[in-house]
Amino acid sequence: MTDTQTDDAPLATSKQTTAATHEEAGRVPDAKGGALVGRAVTINKPAAELYAYFRDFSNLATFMENVVRIDVQDDTRSHWVVKAPAGQTVEWDAIVTEDQPNRLIAWTAAEGADVPNSGRVEFREAGARGTVVEATILYDPPAGIIGKVIAKMFQREPNMQARQDLKRFKQLMETGEVATRARNHREYEEEQN
Amino acid sequence: MRALTWHGKHDVRVDTVDDPEIVKPRDAIIKITSTAICGSDLHLYDGFIPTMKAGDILGHEFMGEVVEVGARSTLKKGQRVVVPFTISCGSCYQCSKHQYSGCDNSNPADNAEIGGALYGQAMPGLFGYSHMTGGYSGGQAEYVRVPFSDVGPIVIPDGVDDDKVLFLSDILPTGWQAAEYAEIEPGDTVAVWGCGPVGLFAIQSAFLMGAERVIAIDHFPHRLELAKKFGAETINFEETAVYDALMQMTGGIGPDACIDSVGLEAHGLFLDNVIDQIKVSTFLGTDRIHALRQAILACRKGGRVSVPAVYGGFVDKFPLGAFMEKGLTMKTGQTHVQHYMPALLNAIMEEKIDTTFLISHRMPLEDAPKGYKMFHDQQNEVTKIVLKPGMAPA
Repeated sequence: MTDTQTDDAPLATSKQTTAATHEEAGRVPDAKGGALVGRAVTINKPAAELYAYFRDFSNLATFMENVVRIDVQDDTRSHWVVKAPAGQTVEWDAIVTEDQPNRLIAWTAAEGADVPNSGRVEFREAGARGTVVEATILYDPPAGIIGKVIAKMFQREPNMQARQDLKRFKQLMETGEVATRARNHREYEEEQN
Repeated sequence: MRALTWHGKHDVRVDTVDDPEIVKPRDAIIKITSTAICGSDLHLYDGFIPTMKAGDILGHEFMGEVVEVGARSTLKKGQRVVVPFTISCGSCYQCSKHQYSGCDNSNPADNAEIGGALYGQAMPGLFGYSHMTGGYSGGQAEYVRVPFSDVGPIVIPDGVDDDKVLFLSDILPTGWQAAEYAEIEPGDTVAVWGCGPVGLFAIQSAFLMGAERVIAIDHFPHRLELAKKFGAETINFEETAVYDALMQMTGGIGPDACIDSVGLEAHGLFLDNVIDQIKVSTFLGTDRIHALRQAILACRKGGRVSVPAVYGGFVDKFPLGAFMEKGLTMKTGQTHVQHYMPALLNAIMEEKIDTTFLISHRMPLEDAPKGYKMFHDQQNEVTKIVLKPGMAPA
């Protein structure tokens, strides 16, 4: 039982947003960010396979729409470059704070990040249905120009972006492709930009 | 290539557009030999469907020859294939249970949002049916890109006419699934509302599944004649009180199973019903659900109601009390085309099912705009138009 709720539902679905966010922050190592997003997707693949793909952060740009690239610097530190309006980008270093093979990856942004954020991704075996992948993300929606960046980054709705990124992860893992409506390469290039 | 493109209400044109190409490894490119205009295409034509864009290529009932394959396609150049109207990945949980029209992966993530918001979960991709079902280019064209070509298309043996197998793409499996969902037992009486293509195929299927009697309900005389040819008794609802007739014809018991295939022309997702919801108007309300309400009231106690008709939004005055008190079972859903195709191809080859009777008109792709207008204006005479891109202009 937690401070803010009497049921068993995920904190990110609480109607007591502020209290739930505060409580979730208490569970993420070195938490950064005052807004909370949680999403889960079930993927018809073993946890080990999903964890392995995700743990190599250089893979994430294949399904995270707004990530331009992620440079892996060492076993725990990576540099993120993310699309912003008017052809600009925002950047930060992410540090892995917890790593349980085939089960969990937690991270937090280093000091000086354009977008302070932290969170974790959990992988739970789900029998014949594969693996439940659950993402819990804390982030700061800042004001001003960075606020606009955030709006673009999350298409104004952080839940939607998390949902779409997880759906693309599922498509890629289950089918080997991220689905596209593009009729030919010209349309595909347009879609990617 | 040449393709039938949508530009707005009652404005479809045959344009020259960029050819399709292999974009993903599981793709194939099909050269279209036959492609039908579906009743549901008329909803696009009437401008009812949101998320259409000018230039979108229509068409979700099509077949043709494989001319190019991606690295992971299992098809071979030169094969003739019929392609299901639903796009299914074959590898998600639903697909693994043969619930292909519940595919998780075929609708691109951004387009899937609308269905997700309306229905709680995203719907699969469909060919040529607006951007909320993926925005995929359709098959009323010379060529089409078919994603997940290792799962969907079925290979047709040489020497079998297009006209015999084209309807494996949509309406034949849809009619078959409707009869299967009616859980017919030998000796049953089955009532079918709506004698469009799906209703007519449901009638044939019901007899094959052991129904003793089928009662067909419509108001177009030509369509009722077709129903009669397959052995159905008919009720013309413009001349007859349907409930009273059904009760008397079944000795006061009511039909054992009822099939609502009236809304079938609204094939894709929903369409006018969503508009309905947005406008908070009532034009869906009474007419659309009228058949379903009548089916529930007429159905015998403990009977089954099968609904291949497409509904998309909300309905008024659903007779939940009758449904509950009589202990009815209802089954519905978009068609799991891939699941039914192999057995139905066999049934066609063994001449247990006839599909060619439905085709009233064949014309070249270039005449497609004329075809849309005819189909729209003359529902009694025009039962099905098949476009043939290879056919010489009349």
